[in-house]
Amino acid sequence: MDLGGINPVILIAGLMATSVPILLAALGEAVVERSGVLNLGVEGMMVVGALGGFVVAVHTGSPFLGFAGGAVAGAALSLIFAALTQVFLANQVATGLALTLFGLGLSSLGGQGYNGIKPPHTTGLLPDALAQIPVAGPILFGHDWVVYFSILMTAATWYVLKFTRIGLIIRAVGESHDAAHALGYKVNRIRLLCIMFGGAMAGIGGAYVSLVRVPQWVDGITAGAGWIALAIVVFASWKPWRVLAGAWLFGGISVLQLNLQAAGSAIPVEYLSMAPYLLTIVVLVIMSSGRSKAAMGAPASLGQNFHASR
Amino acid sequence: MKRRHLLASASLALGMAFGGSAFAQGLDKVKACFVYVGPIGDGGWTYQHHQGAMAVQEAYGDKVEIQYQESVPEGADAERVLTQMALGGCNIIFTTSFGYMDPTNAVAAKFPDVKFEHATGFKREHPNVSTYNARFYEGRAVQGTIAGMMTKSNKIGYIGSFPIPEVMNGINAYYLAAKKVNPNVELSVVWAFTWFDPAKEADSAKALIDQGVDVIAAHTDSTAPLAEAAKAGGAVIGFGQASDMEAYKPSPRVSSIIDNWAPYYVERVGALLDGTYEQSDVWAGIAGGEVLIGDITDAVPAEVKAAAEKVRDDIAAGTLHPFTGPIKKQDGSDWLAEGATAPDGDLLGMNFYVEGITGDIPK
Repeated sequence: MDLGGINPVILIAGLMATSVPILLAALGEAVVERSGVLNLGVEGMMVVGALGGFVVAVHTGSPFLGFAGGAVAGAALSLIFAALTQVFLANQVATGLALTLFGLGLSSLGGQGYNGIKPPHTTGLLPDALAQIPVAGPILFGHDWVVYFSILMTAATWYVLKFTRIGLIIRAVGESHDAAHALGYKVNRIRLLCIMFGGAMAGIGGAYVSLVRVPQWVDGITAGAGWIALAIVVFASWKPWRVLAGAWLFGGISVLQLNLQAAGSAIPVEYLSMAPYLLTIVVLVIMSSGRSKAAMGAPASLGQNFHASR
Repeated sequence: MKRRHLLASASLALGMAFGGSAFAQGLDKVKACFVYVGPIGDGGWTYQHHQGAMAVQEAYGDKVEIQYQESVPEGADAERVLTQMALGGCNIIFTTSFGYMDPTNAVAAKFPDVKFEHATGFKREHPNVSTYNARFYEGRAVQGTIAGMMTKSNKIGYIGSFPIPEVMNGINAYYLAAKKVNPNVELSVVWAFTWFDPAKEADSAKALIDQGVDVIAAHTDSTAPLAEAAKAGGAVIGFGQASDMEAYKPSPRVSSIIDNWAPYYVERVGALLDGTYEQSDVWAGIAGGEVLIGDITDAVPAEVKAAAEKVRDDIAAGTLHPFTGPIKKQDGSDWLAEGATAPDGDLLGMNFYVEGITGDIPK
């Protein structure tokens, strides 16, 4: 089955892998924003996670520990953001942007000497025989474990936010921090934990780029994936399954673009390259036209700092 | 009498000293500066230029001082870096990417005493700008021979960076050589629009592999396409680009094009030291030693290796030109007549695919 010289099975399998970094980072950011914090430092946390994961994987020889290292590195960087915005009540937008710049510089410095090294190989989760099954094989069984992890995390995030007490508390803090505070919840502490979760998820996403997708370390390896993740969160109106759909759509277009070129399609490359960004703008315009912020699903306290003395 | 003699000899000595410096403006110490488009650790293009810089240091020791800057974007930022280098006392500045062409010439106009050397470009607007290049397409013909004989799917791929003449030479030479040994071969070209973005290079290689391509040549600077090919577990082969990339031996890296800039850099800095420096335009290939063909590994059958080495040796001997007619352009119009070889002017301005390659060149 071929559509315009492109095998849809391979395309779907490819987009699932390509979208892992933006999916993980966007899931983390969705939780952060649901708790009422706008952290624009996703790109910075991703790139630091990419370096942290790479360094740990190279020194331990274990890709799994590498991903754990990426999570720790991303969470550690997010602590800077948490300290500035939750303790010192700095402006979240400015702090987030600064975090991205800081993360890019820090990773560039820390990555000196790691250029040109090969990290240990991240293996597929399931036996190769399963991946040989036509159609279902490459799509369902042919991936490394991080791809399954990303889908699992989508389900877990959705379940926790929607059905558990923790999720209810996170949403309460994000919708009305004053009310949540009046009920006795420690608003800033809950937000701190959400920020760290977002940092860890961005870090794992970054580590996927440096350990699986490329796999090597170079400066600025995430190349703007963090900004796409931020766009996807809004695109998905802060809902985990829509985040998955958005990430696959974005990943799908970027894979399709290269595949169409390889297949010798006549569609100009430039249009496909800009398609994801155009689509984000279109969705943002549609979603925000004539509707209130609440209708878009944005948490009511998004971007506002909280202090108990108020 | 004695006094007059003394004066005369003194003036003679003075005259010699001045005359000497006016004749050959040799320098006692040269500060040689290098502008790199990627990090030295790219393991390819920039790494190779840096090897050349180190060779200069080794050759002249205390008489040269090397300065370099990595990851300089092509464009306005390059002008700033070049100006800083020129103000910082550099005597000769090597700009090592095509995109530095206009910045190099613009800054050269402001610093007539500083020598500028631009790699792979064609503009020499000022007497202090020289250009140097290597005939990479000769190496591509060797790779194409291997690709045509090794492909099982009859689909070979090429990751292009930008549609500039140097890359067009490479694509066409690669395809023609493959076609010569395997008439059924098809070429897929993916344009990455970057010299150095490992994620994008890896994605491009993956897209080619997904389309059934089993031999990939890359015209970008990192090892990412080989890393991607390695994931296929031996089913896909590729080539080291710019540098040997021996970490991926024996497969997927079955051979390589090695840019050997060291002799040129040593010669040019040496010329500046002894005062014989002149503006020049150098374009050497396999014969001149600027393009080296890396070791062809045992992942390739002996007869393929022999055929590839014959192409290499014939090019070096001058008996084979990768562009020998009859060759038509993609649109069917004639380019080279039977037996004619491509003039350098055509190669330096090449902006078309040869007949048989499908797809359009992005504008």
